[in-house]
Amino acid sequence: MTAAAVPAASPASTGEQPGVRLARSRRNAELSLLLLAMVLVAAYAATVEANVLDTVTTDFWIPAAALGLVFLGLHLVIRWLAPFADPALLPAVALLNGIGVGFLRRYDLAQATPEERETLAIFAGTGGRQLAWTLGAVVLAAALLAIMRDHRSLSRYAYTLGLAGIVLVMIPAVLPGRFSEVNGAKLWIIVPGLGQIQPGEFAKLALLAFFAYYLVRKREVLSLASRRVLGIDFPRGRDLGPVLVVWMISLLVLVFEKDLGTSLLYFGMFVVTLYIATERVSWLLIGLILFFGGAYLAYVLGSTVGGPFANFYDRAQIWLDPFAEPYDRGYQLVQGLLTLGTGGLFGAGPGGGQPTLLPEVQTDFIFAGIGEEIGLFGLSALLVIYLLIVERGLRAALAVRDSFGKLLAGGLAFTLGLQVFVIVGGISKLIPLTGQTTPFLSAGGSSLMANWLLIAVLLRVSDGARRPVTGGGGPAARPAGGPPEQLHGAPTEVIRP
Amino acid sequence: MPELVITVARFGFLILLWIFVFTVVGVIRRDLFAGARSGRLVAAPRAVGASTGQPAKPAKVKRGRAAHQLVVTAGQLAGTRITLGEAQITIGRAEDSTLVITDDYASARHARLVPREGQWFVEDLGSTNGTYLDRAKVTGPTPVPLGVPIRIGRTSLELRP
Repeated sequence: MTAAAVPAASPASTGEQPGVRLARSRRNAELSLLLLAMVLVAAYAATVEANVLDTVTTDFWIPAAALGLVFLGLHLVIRWLAPFADPALLPAVALLNGIGVGFLRRYDLAQATPEERETLAIFAGTGGRQLAWTLGAVVLAAALLAIMRDHRSLSRYAYTLGLAGIVLVMIPAVLPGRFSEVNGAKLWIIVPGLGQIQPGEFAKLALLAFFAYYLVRKREVLSLASRRVLGIDFPRGRDLGPVLVVWMISLLVLVFEKDLGTSLLYFGMFVVTLYIATERVSWLLIGLILFFGGAYLAYVLGSTVGGPFANFYDRAQIWLDPFAEPYDRGYQLVQGLLTLGTGGLFGAGPGGGQPTLLPEVQTDFIFAGIGEEIGLFGLSALLVIYLLIVERGLRAALAVRDSFGKLLAGGLAFTLGLQVFVIVGGISKLIPLTGQTTPFLSAGGSSLMANWLLIAVLLRVSDGARRPVTGGGGPAARPAGGPPEQLHGAPTEVIRP
Repeated sequence: MPELVITVARFGFLILLWIFVFTVVGVIRRDLFAGARSGRLVAAPRAVGASTGQPAKPAKVKRGRAAHQLVVTAGQLAGTRITLGEAQITIGRAEDSTLVITDDYASARHARLVPREGQWFVEDLGSTNGTYLDRAKVTGPTPVPLGVPIRIGRTSLELRP
């Protein structure tokens, strides 16, 4: 099954060598999963057309085919550049992305007049733009795989990346609102006439690479020097410095960019990488206490002082009782909850819902919009797919051999999971709603590109983790001659026990 | 469109979605157990093939199953698995080691595992605190049986089939 990719990795001589297992690259499994995912995307498009147009047009399959083609391209790039990468990642992400494009196209159909519906061009509307963004994002991911042949090379640019990350986070906060504010959150860089990007999405990746590098350097100090209080090891006061700095940054994001989700994301990301690096539960406790303390403080300040904290206070109020003002501030959340309720267990069928009634259904509330049509049964499948992606990322982190890779992959996988939690928790009224994108589903180029880059890094790390050890003890040891010669020179003759 | 077709499409899509999920889980599952299973199944034919195709010399050494994985069983990297190839594995704190261990009692270049004729040998590289095979200190290249812990500082490693 894996015949195509195996010879490249293990020299011809391995066949007769005992003790050598042919490493399985599983690329063919990836290909067949990918085909199944694309069949699903096409089936979704056909069902939508049957429901909305009452007929299936002859070219319903074109967006699915376009997606399939570009994912196939990425699959070939993986075959070539990362042959041992995890086989489940690409198909799972491809399915989510395809369903996202399909739903956005379905949203365009709902908005179009009946005459326009029959002739909706492939790159028209939100769905078409999302399709175009997907093509771009996948090309970007392939480029990253091509440039970064070893994830460890990323650690060389750690400080540059860290600086770039902080700058990217800070730009929207200092720009005047005209260039950075959309729907009350200052998260954007808007170039009038050209478009807008959300730099925070990319900053996430850059900051994580920096965190991973910093913590690999500092892990000894952070995990060894400690005081024991109540059976838990707490770090020394001066080691708390970096945590407090990141805490301050995330609070500033909360205040100046008016965005709880992003601030929760950055802080959670840092605390979890810290936890992975040191294996200290105390860091999780400190992190949770700091975050909840900060959020509560912002809530209290918002109710008394107002000003920059007012936005957060508003959101918390809506969360506590969305039905207090169901046609005003609570409208969006109430509509979202009603939408999920309408979907019920099995949903109204793709194309059978009313996504136009839900504000921001193409971005923040896409999960509710999809939920109306595929129901709890379908939504849980999507959530399981997210779970599998995160699991594969964590698995890569466990299997990879260097600490930087472990922290990088673990942190990235956790970040993806946390982001899904923040937005899905928000629309289902588990936590206050914040404007996070749903990875791979929501309309929006920045988020799509950043998340595909994240997947490219995970693919690269998992390739490094699963690749069988071939070349001596790393690059430095290789020129020193083959190991067998040295062993033959050893004085002891081996006698078996 | 008849109602029936739409209902079939609607539920068909949901079922297909879950089929996809379970197929992915299946691939992951096969991936997880691939090492253990292929080891068991392939062990016998391999020995037969070796005795016919090659001189009898190596057959003596590799009685029993061949090692396919190096597993860290204790220490900071516990749970790490390395798929064994035909190249040596170097262990130590140096960044260019195959297995970089961050153990306070390990040297920069602590030990190495070398395959020869199907058997893995552990060799100490002049470490400060020594390498132990089970309870015995390793002084020269020593064959490592399956499942016997190699101890380096606070880290333990084992060969697994």
